[in-house]
Amino acid sequence: MGITRRQFFGWMGAAVGSQMAFTAQAKAAGTAHFTGYPGSMGVLHDISRCIGCRKCEAACNQVNHLPAPETPFDDRAVLEKIRRPHAAAFTVVNQYKPKGKPGPVFVKTQCNHCMEPACVSACFVKALTKSKTGAVVYDASLCVGCRYCMVACPFNIPAFQYHNPLTPEITKCTLCQPRIQKGLRPGCVEACPQEALTFGKREELIKIAKQRIGAYPERYEDHIYGENEMGGCNWLYISNTPFTGINMREDLGITPAPALTAGALAAVPVVVSLWVVFINGLRAISKRKEQIATEEKSQAVSAAVLSEQARFNNEIKQLKEKAKTEKEAAITREVKKALEAAARGPSENGAGQTPPSPKPSGTAHPEKQENN
Amino acid sequence: METDFNTLQEFLTHTKGIAYLLIGVALVALPLFWRFITGRDGKKQTF
Amino acid sequence: MEHLTPTPPALTTGRDTVFTPFNIVSGIIILIGCVITVLRFTRGIGGVSNLNDTNPWGLWIGFDLYCGVALAAGGYVTCAACYIFGLKQFRCAVRPAVLTAFLGYGLVVFALNYDVGRPWRLPYPIFLSQGTTSVLFEVALCVFLYLSVLMLEFSPVAFEWLNWKRARYIIGKVSMVLIIFGIILSTLHQSSLGAIFLITPSKLHPLWYSGYLPVYFFISSIFAGMSMVIFEHSLVARFLHDKIDAEHHLESNNVALGFAKSAAFLMAGYIMIQIIGIAIDNDWKYLPTRWGLWYLIEIIGFVAIPAILYAIGVRERNIKLIQRTSLWAVLGIVLNRLNVSLIAFNWQLPLNQRYFPSFMEIMTTIFIVTIGVVIYRFVVTRMPVLYAHPDFPDDH
Ligand code: SF4
Ligand code: SF4
Ligand code: SF4
Repeated sequence: MGITRRQFFGWMGAAVGSQMAFTAQAKAAGTAHFTGYPGSMGVLHDISRCIGCRKCEAACNQVNHLPAPETPFDDRAVLEKIRRPHAAAFTVVNQYKPKGKPGPVFVKTQCNHCMEPACVSACFVKALTKSKTGAVVYDASLCVGCRYCMVACPFNIPAFQYHNPLTPEITKCTLCQPRIQKGLRPGCVEACPQEALTFGKREELIKIAKQRIGAYPERYEDHIYGENEMGGCNWLYISNTPFTGINMREDLGITPAPALTAGALAAVPVVVSLWVVFINGLRAISKRKEQIATEEKSQAVSAAVLSEQARFNNEIKQLKEKAKTEKEAAITREVKKALEAAARGPSENGAGQTPPSPKPSGTAHPEKQENN
Repeated sequence: METDFNTLQEFLTHTKGIAYLLIGVALVALPLFWRFITGRDGKKQTF
Repeated sequence: MEHLTPTPPALTTGRDTVFTPFNIVSGIIILIGCVITVLRFTRGIGGVSNLNDTNPWGLWIGFDLYCGVALAAGGYVTCAACYIFGLKQFRCAVRPAVLTAFLGYGLVVFALNYDVGRPWRLPYPIFLSQGTTSVLFEVALCVFLYLSVLMLEFSPVAFEWLNWKRARYIIGKVSMVLIIFGIILSTLHQSSLGAIFLITPSKLHPLWYSGYLPVYFFISSIFAGMSMVIFEHSLVARFLHDKIDAEHHLESNNVALGFAKSAAFLMAGYIMIQIIGIAIDNDWKYLPTRWGLWYLIEIIGFVAIPAILYAIGVRERNIKLIQRTSLWAVLGIVLNRLNVSLIAFNWQLPLNQRYFPSFMEIMTTIFIVTIGVVIYRFVVTRMPVLYAHPDFPDDH
């Protein structure tokens, strides 16, 4: 990793800078209310009208130049199994048999083109973006293939080309962005024989959905799926059976995905700033402690040295005194002896030596024992 | 616990109430555990 | 990056024969790893793994990334203890911990080369297109910076080994800055690995999902790092005892006692915030379920019990007990990371849609761990990691 120091600090600066941007964003989110791109497009899927003919799947396959499926699109046996969008199919139609319904119910599944998409928020290279048209589009030239978008999507939509060894891509419905830009309707909408799919401005679609529910309250569930789910989607659903029974989760909540991580991301610059303060503070404290400890230690040592010195001097002094008195005593004794001998006569010779001088007992050098 | 909440206020009143009780528990339990850990430390031990 | 295949392990121990049991086993594993590497880059991720559209992340993320990063936390934890909290008696533990962290992060990035679709684009988020709203972006940036910091933190060892006195001197001058950088970066990405899952409230089981996820991950990374340091010391003392000098040996017991004490207390605090997390989200109703039982096994069996054993070990100055407990605590961290990233993730899906790693995925993970062990041995048998270099007796 050959980076120079300057580059390194440059990137560190970039990191801090980008994190400052998070705070600004988090602050903006405090009072601001975002309502999405005005006039963005969407599709309303009326589940009660769908007959499971899979014409939409065929059209999707065609307009997106996807590989031909193993079984033809008019083979209804496929419906026996629940499928999900995958690398070779951006959309799938599933059949459910919810309790309390005489016939089967068909549901078309594809990317919901969320208003505040989890996948876009999660992508760390901005390979996924929300476009003004309402479509959530993917740029394969940036994608690293980390698959965090797949983890993040609450609807389990993005798929991955697991069998492409070197250039795998994320695949998902594009809302036919290229066709929309040409003024055309999405392939599936155009192909649907039942008008189960309606393409239009999202605001209009919500009005239509409300009208249908209002006109036939006994037929429809009183819930426009996608109006508020995860902050709202550009793809909307109305149904004649509860959504939970047809594999559409109603417990996702209405918090837009970016809001879920905004708090943690906003904490990043705070942590950086405060940690620098804390760490330096702690270091100062521990340094001061160390200093005090060494000072105390040296004081203790010098005190010990001093007292030891004093003791030593004292001992020497005592010994000297002792020696002196002993010497004096010895001298007087000798003198006395000599005088006595002289008094007795010169017959005896040689005088006894003075008693051995006591050696100073080895000054204490207490061995320090580490008991650790 | 099986209580149903209709407002965020109700939910928070309930959960924060419990959280405050738990803080009390923590304030008692954690120092006790610390005393247990360090209970047999010699006076010299400094870490 | 198929070219990243490592050199075979033979000749790495410098003993009389290269056919020691260790070399033979690791050689075989590395051979298998090379085969899988070829398969991965010819058949695709789907050709070697059980990953699918609904379970996009598997063992390579759950173990190699999540557990790898958590267990490499010993580096910043030991640096912080020694240089920030001023516990100088931990100094002998710094080098081995930094080496483990460096290796750990290196292998995390190596493992990512298998998992992501186009590994040569891994620098994209940092240099080409910054997806700043993504938690993963923050993780990528921090891991990249931290790996660079770790390399610099570890470089004195290599310089001493090569006897480049000048380089060693220069790097010694900035070591404190590096350490502070390292601690900040670690705090950020350790917690952000938890924050990654904040975006999936509908997929992660409520007992594991919490607004506190980043805090949980940060706190648990600290005691994970400590446990890993203790565990590593016990392994080194057992298998590489001839590489340790007397000072390191004496102090490793102090380190074990000190870290066990802090880990025990942190684990108690961690349990407390876990309970508070349940209270805040009102998740009590999940406790008397099977998932609740699994959660309690993790929290009581792999956090509370090791915490108590650490505490007893510290009270009784029982190094053996502390070392055994450290393995237990390490397993607890592995369990937690796997729970969050794999086991409790997608918990609502029926069993036939759940993920279980394939043989080749497991072998890849074993292969990567083996590379780590081989390099660790190579380094500590040659460089002044576990002993002080005679020419550079003091670290700073
Ligand atoms: S449905 Fe999923 S893939 Fe589609 S925009 Fe929403 S989060 Fe993204
Ligand atoms: S897989 Fe591609 S599109 Fe999805 S999050 Fe990763 S880089 Fe972005
Ligand atoms: S084409 Fe229309 S009716 Fe046929 S399956 Fe698709 S949405 Fe349903």
